[in-house]
Amino acid sequence: MSDAVAQKVLAAIAQMKKIPPETIALDSSLEELRIDSLDGLNLFFDLEEAFDISIPDEAAKKMQSVRQIVEGLDQLIANKNAPNPLAANQD
Amino acid sequence: MPRRRVAITGFGVISAVGRNSAEFWAAISRGISGIGAIEVIDRSQLRFPNAAEVHGYRTEDYFASERTSLLDRFAEFGLIATREAVRTSSIEFTSAARERTAIVTGSAMGGQTTEDIAFWDLYRLQRSRVNPLSVPKIMTNALASHISMEYGITGPAFTLSTACSSSNHAIGHAFWMVREGMVDLALTGGSEAPLSFGNLKAWEAMRVVSSDTCRPFSKNRSGMILGEGGGMLVLEPWDAARARGAEIFGEIVGFGMSADAHHITSPSADGAGRAVKSALADAGLAPEAIGYINAHGTGTLANDATETAVIRNVFGKHADRLAVSSTKSMHGHALGAAGALEAIATILSLRNEILPPTANFVEPDPACDLDVIPNIPRTASCEYALSNSFAFGGLNAVLAFRRPAA
Repeated sequence: MSDAVAQKVLAAIAQMKKIPPETIALDSSLEELRIDSLDGLNLFFDLEEAFDISIPDEAAKKMQSVRQIVEGLDQLIANKNAPNPLAANQD
Repeated sequence: MPRRRVAITGFGVISAVGRNSAEFWAAISRGISGIGAIEVIDRSQLRFPNAAEVHGYRTEDYFASERTSLLDRFAEFGLIATREAVRTSSIEFTSAARERTAIVTGSAMGGQTTEDIAFWDLYRLQRSRVNPLSVPKIMTNALASHISMEYGITGPAFTLSTACSSSNHAIGHAFWMVREGMVDLALTGGSEAPLSFGNLKAWEAMRVVSSDTCRPFSKNRSGMILGEGGGMLVLEPWDAARARGAEIFGEIVGFGMSADAHHITSPSADGAGRAVKSALADAGLAPEAIGYINAHGTGTLANDATETAVIRNVFGKHADRLAVSSTKSMHGHALGAAGALEAIATILSLRNEILPPTANFVEPDPACDLDVIPNIPRTASCEYALSNSFAFGGLNAVLAFRRPAA
């Protein structure tokens, strides 16, 4: 799991929920953080901008905790940087 | 004035499953879906490739060239449906009748294809001006205005815009106006043409559109499929329809509405349930009278589970004896036109004694444990049916229908 990605995700959640990033545990679920479906859309939108990636709907559905978001983003960023162009567009 | 019975004496439709009501019924009564690859715009930059589009639609097949410069695709669909509805009703508009006729239409988005083109011209092509007819093409009431001009109708005319409930709100208000004697005829329904690039990107960002197809109430459902089209009804007092020897295709008997006051996108079983109960109360019907519900049934995880809870809450044990289906699985979610398409589906279901199925159904979901008529149409004789519309923003509208009297 990438630290840099984790820091950005924590910062994005902290800004959205107006809470200190250090209070957010990696294993917190979005529900525990009171991030509802609409907050989630905004969070994914911000993260797509931050990492210049597209998060497919299926991947977004699996991102139900901070850790799952970071791991999912790691995968999408790796795909984006992969030499095979088809792998980057697996929607 | 005592309440009048309200007869449906005409209907017309254009949709992904048919350019008129005969084609529409032939498809949905057999479970044939109109969902397929988007062709009206370049789909390569969309995460979802499919919609319920009126494939091969050509304006010039329906409208003279001097007219088309004034019409957005959404208004064209509404006018095409209106023409069929007026034709089937055999109504003849005298000048007195024109003053006593209402037009009530629904559209969530109006002429947003025109808006998309205008913004493309400005922002992308760096043009300094847009088509001068953009404003009258974009306005949500354009359909109501064009209907009034085409038929010379001078009575009350207006448009309701409540997202996915728009047409049900429109039809409900037209029904009440006829029932209460405010007018002697109403043309009502709605239309939508939401398949522009900008709008589809907005829906993509909502993450509610399936990259596959619309599978309402199925465990593996993955979201809605956007649709386009128009549907229109002719409503008139029962006695007047009988007196002029009109064919009565069905009856609207109740209308109910409510607001969730809950969340801008998440549905509430409580709010939607109040609209269903209100429609039953308005119709003076016990829940046990209902035989079929044309569900809102969008195919999203949230809607279908919540709608199941609504039906269980309102109908209790009778929920297990009800047939429920979502025809959105075939004609897509036509947003502000959804209620109009589904009203016509419901009227024809009662009249023809065939209940259209929920198409594309794969696997039962314990959270949607209703009889959803999976994939195979069913022969059934029902006297009363409901058609649900539950909109984003928590605005709910439910219509109650009765089959034509024998």
